[in-house]
Amino acid sequence: MTATEPREKLVGQAIKRREDPRLVRGQGRYMDDIVLPGMAHVKILRSPLAHARIRNVDTARAAEAPGVLGVYTGADFADVNALPYAWQAAGVDNHVNTPRILAVDEVHWVGDPIAVVVAETPQQAADARDLIDLDLEALPAVVDAEATTHNGAPQLHENALNNIAFEWDCGDEAGVEGAIGDAAVRISQRIRNQRLIATPIETRGAIGQYDAGTDEYTFWLSSQAPHVHRLVMAAFVLGHPEEKIRVIAPDMGGAFGSKIFMYTEYPLVGLLAKQLGRPVKWIEEREEHALATAQGRDHVTDLDIAAEQDGTITGLRVTTWANLGAYLSTAAGGIPTTLYGRMVAGVYKIPNIHCKVYGTYTNTALVDAYRGAGRPEAAYVIERVVDLVAAELGMDPADVRRKNFIPTEAFPYDTGIGMLPYDSGDYPAALDKALDLIGYSDLRQQQADARANGKYLGIGFSSYVEVCGIAPTAWVTSEGWGAGLWESANVRVQLTGKVVVTTGSMPHGQGHETTFAQMVSDGLGVPYDDIIVEYGDTAGTPFGYGTYGSRSLAVGGTAIVQSVEKIRDKITKIAAHMLEVNEDEVDIDAGTAFVKGAPDRNVSFGDIAATAAVGAGLPEGVEPFLDATTYFDPPNCTFPFGTHIAVVEVEEDTGNVEIKRYVAIDDVGNVINPLIVDGQVHGGIVQGIGQALWEHGVYDDGGQLLSSTLMDYGIPKASWLPMMELDRTVTTTDVNPMGAKGAGEAGTIASTPAIVNAVMDALSPVGIKHLDMPLSAPRVWTAMQEAKEN
Amino acid sequence: MYPAAFDYHRPGSVEEVIQILSDNPEAKIIAGGHSLLPAMKLRLAAPGALVDLGGIDGLTGVAVNGSASIGAMTTYDDAMASDDLAASFAALHEAISHVGDIQVRNRGTIGGSAAHADPAADTTAALVAHGAEFVAQGPNGERTISADDFFVDLFMTALEPEEVLTKINLPAPADNTSSAYKKFAHPASGYPVCGVAAVVTRDGSGNVTAARVVATGSTLTPTRLAGVENAITGTAGDADAVEAAAANASEGVNEWAGDHYASSEYREHLTKVFAKRALNAALGND
Ligand SMILES: Cc1cc2nc3c(=O)[nH]c(=O)nc-3n(C[C@H](O)[C@H](O)[C@H](O)COP(=O)(O)OP(=O)(O)OC[C@H]3O[C@@H](n4cnc5c(N)ncnc54)[C@H](O)[C@@H]3O)c2cc1C
Repeated sequence: MTATEPREKLVGQAIKRREDPRLVRGQGRYMDDIVLPGMAHVKILRSPLAHARIRNVDTARAAEAPGVLGVYTGADFADVNALPYAWQAAGVDNHVNTPRILAVDEVHWVGDPIAVVVAETPQQAADARDLIDLDLEALPAVVDAEATTHNGAPQLHENALNNIAFEWDCGDEAGVEGAIGDAAVRISQRIRNQRLIATPIETRGAIGQYDAGTDEYTFWLSSQAPHVHRLVMAAFVLGHPEEKIRVIAPDMGGAFGSKIFMYTEYPLVGLLAKQLGRPVKWIEEREEHALATAQGRDHVTDLDIAAEQDGTITGLRVTTWANLGAYLSTAAGGIPTTLYGRMVAGVYKIPNIHCKVYGTYTNTALVDAYRGAGRPEAAYVIERVVDLVAAELGMDPADVRRKNFIPTEAFPYDTGIGMLPYDSGDYPAALDKALDLIGYSDLRQQQADARANGKYLGIGFSSYVEVCGIAPTAWVTSEGWGAGLWESANVRVQLTGKVVVTTGSMPHGQGHETTFAQMVSDGLGVPYDDIIVEYGDTAGTPFGYGTYGSRSLAVGGTAIVQSVEKIRDKITKIAAHMLEVNEDEVDIDAGTAFVKGAPDRNVSFGDIAATAAVGAGLPEGVEPFLDATTYFDPPNCTFPFGTHIAVVEVEEDTGNVEIKRYVAIDDVGNVINPLIVDGQVHGGIVQGIGQALWEHGVYDDGGQLLSSTLMDYGIPKASWLPMMELDRTVTTTDVNPMGAKGAGEAGTIASTPAIVNAVMDALSPVGIKHLDMPLSAPRVWTAMQEAKEN
Repeated sequence: MYPAAFDYHRPGSVEEVIQILSDNPEAKIIAGGHSLLPAMKLRLAAPGALVDLGGIDGLTGVAVNGSASIGAMTTYDDAMASDDLAASFAALHEAISHVGDIQVRNRGTIGGSAAHADPAADTTAALVAHGAEFVAQGPNGERTISADDFFVDLFMTALEPEEVLTKINLPAPADNTSSAYKKFAHPASGYPVCGVAAVVTRDGSGNVTAARVVATGSTLTPTRLAGVENAITGTAGDADAVEAAAANASEGVNEWAGDHYASSEYREHLTKVFAKRALNAALGND
């Protein structure tokens, strides 16, 4: 073979996702597609009351029903540990209460599992579930994040006085006090970040199988982190040797964070499988998803802002009550503290910030990470703050942003509130590009014309920063996380020259199979089609922490790059030996290793792989096989940023918000696959718009979830959205060798405040300064009436 | 999402349906199943038996010949395909086009929607506006129920438990009659938070001589907006007249629907807005 022109690099190219043909043809394999011989089916009876004492659970009639194999209550699992709480609010007391497999004595939210039926068919299990007689004594309930801390509120747990799970703060309390005291301009505002229900198209599921001969459990789980689920079940819940547990995560129909956590149903199916000697399957019903899967957001926040007449923000006090639900979910302590409190500075240089967070218990579903996880709440706070200042001073919100931006020359930049230093950034560049793309100078004129015609046109900005690639182990452990967050990869070249990449990350829509193969193809000079990327089975992949927090590329991708480096080194050694030259005379490209300057003297990648795999003819001291594993722990997180601008029109007659234009400039560092990044940005923007305008998990005062079906819970529909106008700036990072920052959550973080700010701008002529989300038509119209009456 | 167990019947005639319903008080008719099955899956309904009308000849199809006759089992999609319906009964045709999505319209039936009497159904307002007559067959034979009597309450019609709705007749519109349907859709369900159907007739000089203006979604049953109807009648039907007439939408309406998404005040207001839009569309005002 002859070495040809250097092959074109794949990194940076908009290659279509290789996983899609399979998925769009219906050849994906999701939880409910998995059918095992002898499989039995589980249905869970959940509490219909938000707070109650369990007087009696009578399972006699259910146990007699056709097809029923077993009916169990909390007493049957009394000796199984409650779930672990893995991310504490750091440095403060956490008053921990976590869910048990099934409730014992008391239920704390509508959805709290009380009993479980296993039957031959799901239908029979559902029928028998209706025959369980519950005797519950209703207790008073509380659902509001802040009201739950008031004296006299119903108490959920003995160890959590006033329902406070933890009280945490960051920043300089006295400094803020002083800044507010001295300020020329003071603004106070209460804002709410409403509760969201994750609502992936595929709900959760769990299948458990137990082999009595080998004492091994196999689980199929809806899991963004199969290794972590295995570890947690082994070490904390089942008390079973880790090597005798295998977790497989099949294709996933969406997750958005909700499939990171440890859920009671996961160990439950294993325990039932062992008990019954049969594989056992549980598939979450749609309504059950709304009730029982961890939800997102739900903050009540008081803001006190100090500013100067020229728009300089001099102080910010943030007091937040974060609703954590009835018990603490896996990462509940870290989301509203590390990922929220430490991010409220946003892209701004603010000399005095203090953020106080009360994590509170209420009689509602558990709350944990949901796409963006703390960062959307932080971006919402600070981006509303900037607009409140702009509105108060009658300044252009773009100018207030520019005035307060962290200067480009200041990176790496420490915001002073305990976040790792922002790695790199050029905030004015993203703002300028966004202004340019939207044609800002004309736009304000269009707005003036529209207003003159009685129309409510609004322009909204969001200049965001987020923390991605959440990993540095020394840091996350100091921040209360109970493990590491490095990531792994193994790269292996088979005898035939085909390359198998295994990763501890767990793609569920992010396109790892494509991007990782692009990277390996460039790194080893092997054809893209000769590379396969495997994941999702603890039996075949190195230990890793999974996919969330926009970390797969920045952390997991680096592990791949480093494994590829190790293999390149070995290939170079072997090729040099085969070509009888020195190692530094060998170059690798386009499927061959060749002598620099003499490409005709080459050996093919296949020959090298075969030589390495067979083991004959290797240089002395070189082990057979090309196989390298890396565990990468980065020195810092990455901090992607950008500016989004939304143009909306509010219909006066109905209060309906129409999005006219949406411009997004994102800086995610270097881009491996622009098509995939755009897809992540599109989806993220839509999800954030969903929060701004439609989505709302509504509990009534008694703790009943009023939005438990898709008849009530409004997820975004494509036809309501404009074409998005996307572009990028590129500011690289030296945190990882790719210079890539992460793109999975940026859109969600940015878009919510952009829309809300646009609507507030539209409504400013009637004197409205703030409305809470979702900015539904009835809410906007009602506020406009009230404002007009005043 | 598994309904409770039920027996299933698929008889070949309306008489057999009536017999099964008479013999078994737990039996329920199933048409397109697009309201009944979701309720059964949530176990809000658990009929002991379903009687499927799908095997009976003669219950489908749209015949327009001045008046219209729509078989109860006609799917939304089949009705939408009728150009004659669109030409003479535009409000109903537009209402149908607003129902759910293609899958729903492929299965859901006009008769099923009427019999179900969901307070937020789209087509019901248009049926009342067009002055529909509902033909029911029961143990005592056939009877016709007028539009103004058919919808009794939330999810309740004048149909007896053993009666089958077989067809819906729309009287021939008078000369110079036109109609329209306008809707504000709920962001989650897509059902109308408020929908208004308007049917107006003009004389040779363009004055409005008759109007039926009916709200759905904002009211508990499809409700004629008498204040609007009276106020627009006798006017030239121009935009100003419409604006003034629509402002009377509250007149005579005793109760407005309200929930955590939209208050009754908001729905009452929307009714004025959509009465205006529907009338303007029906009258050809820009
Ligand atoms: C996803 C989704 C979205 C939807 N969106 C909308 C929307 O935007 N607007 C809207 O108006 N509707 C909407 N619907 C409801 C849809 O229009 C239903 O099809 C309709 O309400 C009921 O018609 P059906 O033929 O499916 O009746 P079924 O569900 O079969 O029956 C409904 C009820 O009527 C009774 N019944 C049916 N036929 C007869 C008969 N001939 N005689 C006597 N009793 C009878 C049944 O016993 C039952 O009680 C939606 C439904 C779904 C699933």
